[in-house]
Amino acid sequence: MGGITRKTAIAGVGESDLGYTPDKTFLQLIAQATDRALDDAGLAKNDIDGFFSAGWLTMESIMVAEYLGIRPSYSDSTMPGGSAFEFHVQHAAAAISAGLCETALICYAETRLSDHKRRMAMNFVSGAPQEPEEQFETPYGCWVPIPTYALAAQRHMHQYGTTVAQLAEIAVAARKWAALNPLASMRDPLSIEDVLASPMMSTPLRLRDCCLVSDGGGAVILTSAERARDLRKKPVLVLGCGEAHTHRGISGMPDLTVSPAKLSGERAFRMAGLSPSDIDVLELYDSFTITVLLQLEDLGFCPKGEGGRFVEGQRLAPDGACPTNTSGGGLSYLHTGMFGIFLLIEAARQLRGECGGRQVARAKRALCNGIGGSLASSGTVVLGTD
Amino acid sequence: MTDYKKPLPYVHAETKPYWDAAKRHELLVRRCRACGRHHFYPRDFCPSCFSFDVEWVRASGRGAIYSFTVCHRAAQGFEADVPYNLVLVDLDEGVRVMSTVVGCPNDDLKIGMPVEVVFDDVTPEVTLPKFRPAALPE
Ligand SMILES: [Zn+2]
Repeated sequence: MGGITRKTAIAGVGESDLGYTPDKTFLQLIAQATDRALDDAGLAKNDIDGFFSAGWLTMESIMVAEYLGIRPSYSDSTMPGGSAFEFHVQHAAAAISAGLCETALICYAETRLSDHKRRMAMNFVSGAPQEPEEQFETPYGCWVPIPTYALAAQRHMHQYGTTVAQLAEIAVAARKWAALNPLASMRDPLSIEDVLASPMMSTPLRLRDCCLVSDGGGAVILTSAERARDLRKKPVLVLGCGEAHTHRGISGMPDLTVSPAKLSGERAFRMAGLSPSDIDVLELYDSFTITVLLQLEDLGFCPKGEGGRFVEGQRLAPDGACPTNTSGGGLSYLHTGMFGIFLLIEAARQLRGECGGRQVARAKRALCNGIGGSLASSGTVVLGTD
Repeated sequence: MTDYKKPLPYVHAETKPYWDAAKRHELLVRRCRACGRHHFYPRDFCPSCFSFDVEWVRASGRGAIYSFTVCHRAAQGFEADVPYNLVLVDLDEGVRVMSTVVGCPNDDLKIGMPVEVVFDDVTPEVTLPKFRPAALPE
């Protein structure tokens, strides 16, 4: 398992125009993000021979590669939902380490907010009638993702006494980080009382427990650690990766209080030879407040069941003991549908010390964790400066 | 003819006995003859041991609420029902199913509440298994 640790590095990151971009297609946003990531790395498009993308359209990856004018010798379109790009980091690190490609581009964009306003929004679950979810969940009024995450939150509250005020702590901390990020969508102060007074979506989750809906995309460039040392920016080494998925529909989730981050996290820490106490900054998938709470437990930052008490007192906020989601996260920065790419971008910038007013002091190691589907998939990436 | 506007299950050969039984107001689940485990949703094989020697057995129809949520934002077709509940029920046979609880105010739903199956003939062709609070065992 240790075969690929520290052999590859993130050499460049970039995001597209963000927020609301009604005049741009998702392909234009991917091209923008790619251009900015290449510039960040000091590389040219023709340096890319490994291509990684994920999206919702049929054969989207080859569409995107054609649009960008890339004819890769190594291609991966693994699509486990919002964790896709953490999966891609592991796959790219393996491919580069094996000599199958030298420079990998991971890229993605969606225009979910514009599509919604244009009434062109797609369903998360595509709705092929043979799908088990369509047959055994949809007829009861289930939809993805708010009610499915609400089922997990309700169970955690029952089993461990977690409170809605504790969940709200997570949204409040994200908002404090967003206030320090000029690119964040929601920067006004938010209190626990505000969260608890926001409209009910699906009990126990209220509006401010739920992520935003935004347009945007991002790109991440990986290459060998050796090559990265000669490039423009300080390399961000891939120390460890792990991936896991356990189910598709929420009724197939083995235990609604344990996400597959337990499995992916153990794998990533083992590969890195590190433990949670070695991590300086966390970038966790925050589709919902409950998603963050489960990851904190499952990744070992606190014992199972104690996530509620762990996040109390604004521990995740700027000046808190556990700096988490320093961009403002999906709850207050933006959420395009698959937030995992932005976790990697923010972590790389934190480790390079480029984050200005929201910079975590002496950040040497970061953990990114993507979650996809209804708590169905998890990809963990541990990054570091040495 | 029906004016039922909600999504209906697409029934295929692998699951047809389940839906046919529901029409007869029976709840069937799959049981593996090799390892003895029940599973849900129904497959032609056992997802635990991968034996294809599986049988249909009639479930007791009793179980307990594992989790629930009251949806204040509707799925397509459910707009008039808001707020409506979704539940995950752990059947006594050891499998978990999604459904909805009828005959109980949403505010009274509790995790662990004993429930029993009822059958809702939503169209002439389709019956959905639903649940209601169970009478306590005698
Ligand atoms: Zn079996």
